[in-house]
Amino acid sequence: MELLVTVVLLSFLVAIVIGIIVLRDLLAGVILLGLYSLVAAGVFVVMDAVDVAFTEAAVGCGISTILFLGALSFTRHEQKPRGNDSVVAMVFVVVTGAMLIYGTLDMPHYGDSSSPAQTHPELTQHYLYESMGETGMPNVVTSVLASYRGYDTLGETVVVFTAGIAVLSLLGLIRRRPEEEAPDDAPGDLPKQADDDLERIA
Amino acid sequence: MKLYQRQRHRVLQIVTKLIIPFVLLFALYVQFHGDYGPGGGFQAGVIFASAFILHGLIFGMQRTRKVITPTALRILMALGVLIYLGTGILSMLLGANLLDYSVLAHDAKHGQHWGIFAVELGVGVTVTAVMISLFYSFASRR
Repeated sequence: MELLVTVVLLSFLVAIVIGIIVLRDLLAGVILLGLYSLVAAGVFVVMDAVDVAFTEAAVGCGISTILFLGALSFTRHEQKPRGNDSVVAMVFVVVTGAMLIYGTLDMPHYGDSSSPAQTHPELTQHYLYESMGETGMPNVVTSVLASYRGYDTLGETVVVFTAGIAVLSLLGLIRRRPEEEAPDDAPGDLPKQADDDLERIA
Repeated sequence: MKLYQRQRHRVLQIVTKLIIPFVLLFALYVQFHGDYGPGGGFQAGVIFASAFILHGLIFGMQRTRKVITPTALRILMALGVLIYLGTGILSMLLGANLLDYSVLAHDAKHGQHWGIFAVELGVGVTVTAVMISLFYSFASRR
């Protein structure tokens, strides 16, 4: 049953990726990217990685989609027709993809009993058996993330902070309009004339 | 009620007003229940920010900017990292290694609990502020 669910979810992933490549409509591409994250979150749930699935659903499916939609408002909704450089791009992509796949050949298969994590189980077992006694946290993921590997998570937080600073310095500060120049209307506001009429009726 | 009468998307606005408190509450649940179930600072920060982004989409950026100003976001962004690093420095000042929370309370387990609470809070604050800032930067460049 689990195998069937995995096969179906992974087939969905492949179908969505092909859809993203084929479609010229950028809006549809963004929505499909969100769908990709949602299905990937499903795959993570099947693999019992609930925390990762949660993050994937919230970040990949939620926030990224919104930010891509925001970025789309600067561009057209249609992808430009490709020029003559597509052969070079194709070779580049195929070579890069082949290198990436070659890189994964060394990795142990999913659930492989002869993988290093299984043949040297001291660290895993320490986390699983001692976490409750050492940190009092029932969720081992949290105790590893925030306590045993707190230094790594500090780095991740600084990365998020740096990303925010970078985007602010590229987009936020330079072309920021003064607050008083910002238009006072909002999406959905009626024109000023109709506005007066409505208030008179009210 | 006057605010609603000037607006076209009245149904969306009222539904949004009803939903936002629950989104914020769920974010707080994810933040502080991460010790016991799936969740933590990263996820909670994103969910917390999504409430503000929803507000921005429905009510317009100008109103959201009044709720939480870009300057406040910049301060919060740095504050989250400072909370995280401050917890680590505090444990160093109390004589342990960086980010070794066992010394933060009289009991090692309580210390771990407080330490994880603090660093997750720091992560949540930074992620929330960065996500809303990203949305502000993208949405206000039309």
